[in-house]
Amino acid sequence: MAEAAIELIGINKSFGAVRANRDINLEIARGTIHGIVGENGAGKSTLMSILYGFYQADSGEIRVNGKPAAIKSSNDAIATGIGMVHQHFMLVDNFTVLENIILGAESDALLKSSIAKARSELERLEREYGLEVEPDAIIEELPVGLQQRVEILKALYRGAEILILDEPTGVLTPAEADHLFRILRQLKDQGKTIVLITHKLREIMAITDSVSVMRQGTMVATRETKQTTVEELAELMVGRRVLLRVEKGEAKAGEVKLSVKNLVVKDQRGVTMVDDVSFDVRAGEIVGIAGVAGNGQSELLEAISGIRKAVSGSVTLDGRPIDLTGAADPGELRQRGLAHVPEDRHHVGLVLAFEENENSILGYHNDKRYLKGPLLDVDAIMADAKDKIEKYDIRPANPRLRTANFSGGNQQKIVLAREIEQDPGVLIVGQPTRGVDVGAIEFIHKRLIAMRDQGKAVLLVSVELDEIRSLSDRILVMFAGRVVGERGPEASEGELGLLMAGVEQKEAAE
Amino acid sequence: MSFFDVIIQTLDSTIRLSVPLLLACLAGLYSERSGIFDIGLEGKMLAAAFAGAAAASVFHSAWIGLGMAILVSVSLALVHGFASITHRGNQIVSGLAINFVAAGSTIILGQAWFQQGGRTPALAPNERFEAIKLPGADALRDVPIFGPIYSELISGHSLLVYVAFLAVPFTWWVLFRTRFGLRLRAVGENPAAVDTAGISVAWLRYRAVICTGILTAIAGAYLSMVQSGGFVKDMTAGKGYIALAALIFAKWRPVNAMFACLLFGFLDALAIRLQGAPLPIIGKVPVQLMQALPYILTVILLAGFIGKAIPPRAGGVPYVKER
Repeated sequence: MAEAAIELIGINKSFGAVRANRDINLEIARGTIHGIVGENGAGKSTLMSILYGFYQADSGEIRVNGKPAAIKSSNDAIATGIGMVHQHFMLVDNFTVLENIILGAESDALLKSSIAKARSELERLEREYGLEVEPDAIIEELPVGLQQRVEILKALYRGAEILILDEPTGVLTPAEADHLFRILRQLKDQGKTIVLITHKLREIMAITDSVSVMRQGTMVATRETKQTTVEELAELMVGRRVLLRVEKGEAKAGEVKLSVKNLVVKDQRGVTMVDDVSFDVRAGEIVGIAGVAGNGQSELLEAISGIRKAVSGSVTLDGRPIDLTGAADPGELRQRGLAHVPEDRHHVGLVLAFEENENSILGYHNDKRYLKGPLLDVDAIMADAKDKIEKYDIRPANPRLRTANFSGGNQQKIVLAREIEQDPGVLIVGQPTRGVDVGAIEFIHKRLIAMRDQGKAVLLVSVELDEIRSLSDRILVMFAGRVVGERGPEASEGELGLLMAGVEQKEAAE
Repeated sequence: MSFFDVIIQTLDSTIRLSVPLLLACLAGLYSERSGIFDIGLEGKMLAAAFAGAAAASVFHSAWIGLGMAILVSVSLALVHGFASITHRGNQIVSGLAINFVAAGSTIILGQAWFQQGGRTPALAPNERFEAIKLPGADALRDVPIFGPIYSELISGHSLLVYVAFLAVPFTWWVLFRTRFGLRLRAVGENPAAVDTAGISVAWLRYRAVICTGILTAIAGAYLSMVQSGGFVKDMTAGKGYIALAALIFAKWRPVNAMFACLLFGFLDALAIRLQGAPLPIIGKVPVQLMQALPYILTVILLAGFIGKAIPPRAGGVPYVKER
């Protein structure tokens, strides 16, 4: 094996009382692709920020190519040949590609010569690595995949031999992600060392040579990718066995709880987003709605939960109609036993600036349990919040913490705890595991199955096909606002994929 | 007096009236392009006007006056920088505080030092920046059309007027042709990009507010040492705010800023010229309406006629490194 490009020895870093990195040791061989996985908040990004000089370690040593490197700033990191592609691109949106590339690496106090030099250098890099991009294009007019390419070029222009990519595929379409992987392999063949931070285990298996797992600020294991499995990595990340596919028994569907008939919904621009949709959800079953994002699922959810006005059609809850004029009182719907976990937890599901305990009763704050006369009963709210924190394993277990300071998975648990603990008859869930890490996904899935087994009706909307397939008892596929097919949970991924793409399949329907 | 002469004179006063606006507007441009909103242009101008006139009359030198004006104005700019860059304070509050401090302290210090009711002593000619006659101005005076334009409109202004107009192409050059300008624009749009490129966000922004301080100093010195022969209380009369309006109107671009300030200056000049003069059809217009004209037009222009003005994206937001 080649010698180490990077060695991290005994790295420690704390933010206040939080120990983000504890005694981290890591060795990455030159000319390889090394993955770092871990749940949100495991300390991956902190570690890489230390390597890139954005933060400084409290203690520990960094060696680059066998030599100790004092990396006190991003400048030092760049000088030692380390480049970073951040999760949120560090580009100036209204600058051209060239201007972004030279920013901070100008060869001269005047721009003219710097730009000329960058232009010819860029041509060379494009030839060498197949990274075509129009040098005079404005960044904000480029698709996300190309913006990322500019970030990579920026690092290469600065002479990076070691390239760190932080969650690079989070914003990419599958095709763009494939292209990125081709580029990374090519960079590797040219002798560059690549560090890939991600929480998507499939990517790790697909592209890396070796992989390290972080958990709660510590480095728990390093494996050769060939000698490990997704299951082992998931277990290492979470610290216990993880079921990637939930187990569940047969559904015992009962009476119809929620019934949607001929529903038509338009968006703000007047475009028909939900077009004559009808379906029932029965007690004791999970109905999943699959579809590529933007095919009307969001509007459907909003109409059913009374947030968005419907043009025509009807929705009944336990046989009684729901007001679809857009003037429905969400509080009343909640009293009637309709709970809603919205798709967008940051803007609709939570008030991020509130404390955890406040969010855990939001929407039910007029409930007698939480009131003492006209005032909120703070003690009751706190007791209730603590109870939910324990039941749902919300971390950190501090009801006074601002909600914004919880990780995505824990924020989602706060919303789920609030809605499920009200014991609703019908639960509508949108994208329950978007931006949620592996351990929490398993927990959330188990809770949803448990709801079903208690005889509740669950309507699940998700763009994650795996999630739909493993949870649903019946799957409806939406395309361009219409339900284009209904399948059982045994339907294959390919079959559902074709339906989602709007391909009519007569044979499959039989 | 011929109609041509009237036009020349109006344009001449347009130039004189737009100079302080232009300098303040360019001052604001440096700061806001770097992401630091500066509502304190007014206060810095006022403090510089006082410092300049006071120092000039005490030391009998216009240049010492200008130096003092720059010193005071840059100090106030650094206070604003310290509050909003180093301590990530609210930029509007900090700017407003500077305006109040300047309005109050100039009167108190003026009274304490000169006992003339807050004024500074009238400046002698050598204590002011006097008009400069460009070469050939007298010789060309009688050439038709071009003569008066050259000798009246272009020649015969104070040094600071030429500085103001030269500052326009200079600022454009700095902003769009130099490394400093590229970084300045970048830090106002996305400071994190600048930080990760290995450049200090704070140092860059401090340099920007220093530029602002120097230009507001020249604007203030122009008011008290060129336009009038000494400091009078509240002599900036809202010009700092009009300059901010012009900056938005100009969409944070130097050449646009010059035209915006010339327009505001022209309206001012027009209001002065038309005072008391009957207009065709309308008849005599009240003085107050004429004086309000520039402000009314400002509101109309800002409300609808300039299209969407997109400010620097990181403007007003303190930069905090994110985890």
